[in-house]
Amino acid sequence: MEEAHGKGPRYGMTIDLDKCTGCATCMVACAAENNVTVWPDESDKQRNVAWMRLYKITNGKPFPHTEVSYFPRPCMQCEHHTPCVSVCPATATRLDPNTGIVSQIYTRCIGCRYCIAACPYHARNFNWYDGYFPKGKGLDKYLSPEVSPRMRGVVEKCTFCHHRLMRAKEKAYAEGRRELEEGEYITACAEACPAQAITFGDLNNPNHKVSKLAKSPRAFRLLERLGTEPKVYYLSSKEWVRKLADNYRPEELQPVTKAG
Amino acid sequence: MDSVLIPEGVKRCSPGKFFLWTLPWLGLLGWGLVSAFLCLYKGLNQTNMTNYFAFALWIVFDLAVIALGAGAFFTGFLTYIIGKKELKDIINSAVIIGFICYSGAVAMLGIDIGQPLRGWFIFWHANVHSMLTEVSFCITTYLGVLLIEYIPIILENRKIEEIRELRLFGNNLHEIMAVFAATGTFLSFFHQGSLGGLFGVMYARPFAARGGFYIWPWTFFLFILSAIAAGPSFTILCTKLVEKITRKKLVPDKAFQTLAKISGWLLALYMVLKIADTIGWAYGIVPKAGLTFMDFYKEGPYGVWLVIAEIGIFGIVPAIILLIPKARQTEGWLIAGCLMNCTGIVLNRFVFTVVTLAIPVMPFDKFVSYLPTWQEWGISMAVIGYGFLLYSLSYRYLPIFPKEKELNTA
Amino acid sequence: MLPFIFEWQWNVDHIIFFGFLYLALGIVGLGITVAAIKTVFQLLGFMRERHFH
Repeated sequence: MEEAHGKGPRYGMTIDLDKCTGCATCMVACAAENNVTVWPDESDKQRNVAWMRLYKITNGKPFPHTEVSYFPRPCMQCEHHTPCVSVCPATATRLDPNTGIVSQIYTRCIGCRYCIAACPYHARNFNWYDGYFPKGKGLDKYLSPEVSPRMRGVVEKCTFCHHRLMRAKEKAYAEGRRELEEGEYITACAEACPAQAITFGDLNNPNHKVSKLAKSPRAFRLLERLGTEPKVYYLSSKEWVRKLADNYRPEELQPVTKAG
Repeated sequence: MDSVLIPEGVKRCSPGKFFLWTLPWLGLLGWGLVSAFLCLYKGLNQTNMTNYFAFALWIVFDLAVIALGAGAFFTGFLTYIIGKKELKDIINSAVIIGFICYSGAVAMLGIDIGQPLRGWFIFWHANVHSMLTEVSFCITTYLGVLLIEYIPIILENRKIEEIRELRLFGNNLHEIMAVFAATGTFLSFFHQGSLGGLFGVMYARPFAARGGFYIWPWTFFLFILSAIAAGPSFTILCTKLVEKITRKKLVPDKAFQTLAKISGWLLALYMVLKIADTIGWAYGIVPKAGLTFMDFYKEGPYGVWLVIAEIGIFGIVPAIILLIPKARQTEGWLIAGCLMNCTGIVLNRFVFTVVTLAIPVMPFDKFVSYLPTWQEWGISMAVIGYGFLLYSLSYRYLPIFPKEKELNTA
Repeated sequence: MLPFIFEWQWNVDHIIFFGFLYLALGIVGLGITVAAIKTVFQLLGFMRERHFH
């Protein structure tokens, strides 16, 4: 299994939960950018497609000590023995060692959903229905030609707006450069966030903001103890938020009341 | 009417009665066909599966029938490789049961995947590191082997046997049956194991994850062991059911007793290793993931009773029953032991599939529940209907029980 | 389209996996072939027919 290492870029993200207001603009921007379809019943959150999904967490304490935070969750682009990549039987998903992005080949996916079972972050979505972009309702107006739509029966997930990387690389090449500058390639969610809570860039480049933020004492990752090595870092100054990012036994930490 | 097709020297019911017998099974098949059509035409939204419950009833059913169908390869192994001659009287029945189980499972999988037309991509774009690839390759190849083991039985039909070419071919296949039995054993070892490996390798799902030996998680070996423990029991149950329905003795007791004894010992061994594995997991993987044993058993209907049921009631108890000779030789206890054995293994497959997915991993994620839709039941029931039909046709027209005549002369 | 695309490198894992697979398929294929050839030989009279049961 290939892992991303070495001198190439390793694209990652930090999400500052202290800044996140839970407005879900990231979700909307992602859906619009990536031709994400809607289902007849969007209220079924166990089936709807959301590459970026916003969770609401609370510290579980009663009023007046209740605290609430919002947790945007894109695909973690796991680096070490990526759970979904290792289990796909048709090689329809791949960790690119040159960028660290876990891609999905929609035309190869047979829809066995083993990757969905293996992913602990529920970052992957299955197309339970055919895509819904009916003409005349306006949904077809936001379709982007840079991202292929998915038919039913295949799995899809956040790709760190990989098409934007392609766009940025083409532009750089046209200008006679091979290296991308910081900010030339950022994801739709990072660009759209009104609180600028999401920072995106090259984790391997010490000059990039994301790389510095990832080393912050406020930084933590989701389900770190499983060993998936996600490339999405969260920042929070609140202890209870950090505790909810992973499982702890009673003797390790007083667990926060699990909230939903 | 069809008496020329019925094997010599045995009695079968009238064609009219037989047709009536097939009606409920045809009904189940019909229900299945409607369900399959809906799932293929409208998509998998016809089920209650979700992004949380990516695997559901069909996968549980697949795993269960493949585990129970292990009786085919294992009886073949015992008959042709180990040389237990008494099992020759039951091997045909075992092969047919196995064929039904595997062909039913493959058909069900064809509906289960989101893009059935792309199913062949597993072979063409194989990811050799995935357990599911291993499963697919071995199951399809083994289905081929089962077909090859079934063909000589079909060619022994009274009318078909009259065609010299076919009779000779059938005989020649039969002569080298040991080769196919050996290959079948090898393939079955691997696919029964990798079905267990499917869950053991999911290291990001602490409930299912296991340590192991090299690339093979402990569930790999446990699934093989549980399959060969339950397979013979299922063969006994099905054959006894046939005897009950036809009101004839078809297989000498020695064959049943051999299978029951081996089943009992294997189940006992499996129980020891299963308990060891559970304890190892509870003290190893579980704390490392920051969880406690009870974290997995406190939500929804999936309580500790599952462990007690799987390991205690449907594990240790049938092992004891099948190990005691007096119990084995009493029909009631034999059936009870075999039934509980099979139930325990089905429960094991259920736990690894459904409970693994129901339990959230992220602390702020929720526990989810699931119940199948009628379409999901339809496909599953169709396998049962198909099984009854195919077995009934085989029983009626093929000499599957070598000792039938001997055991039924007045 | 072809499976030998980007990441495919013949390494030990592939050799072992496909090695065993082709071995199993080969044995099964060989078995059927031998049975078929024997049948043909028996039909043509080059081999004696062996009777069962």
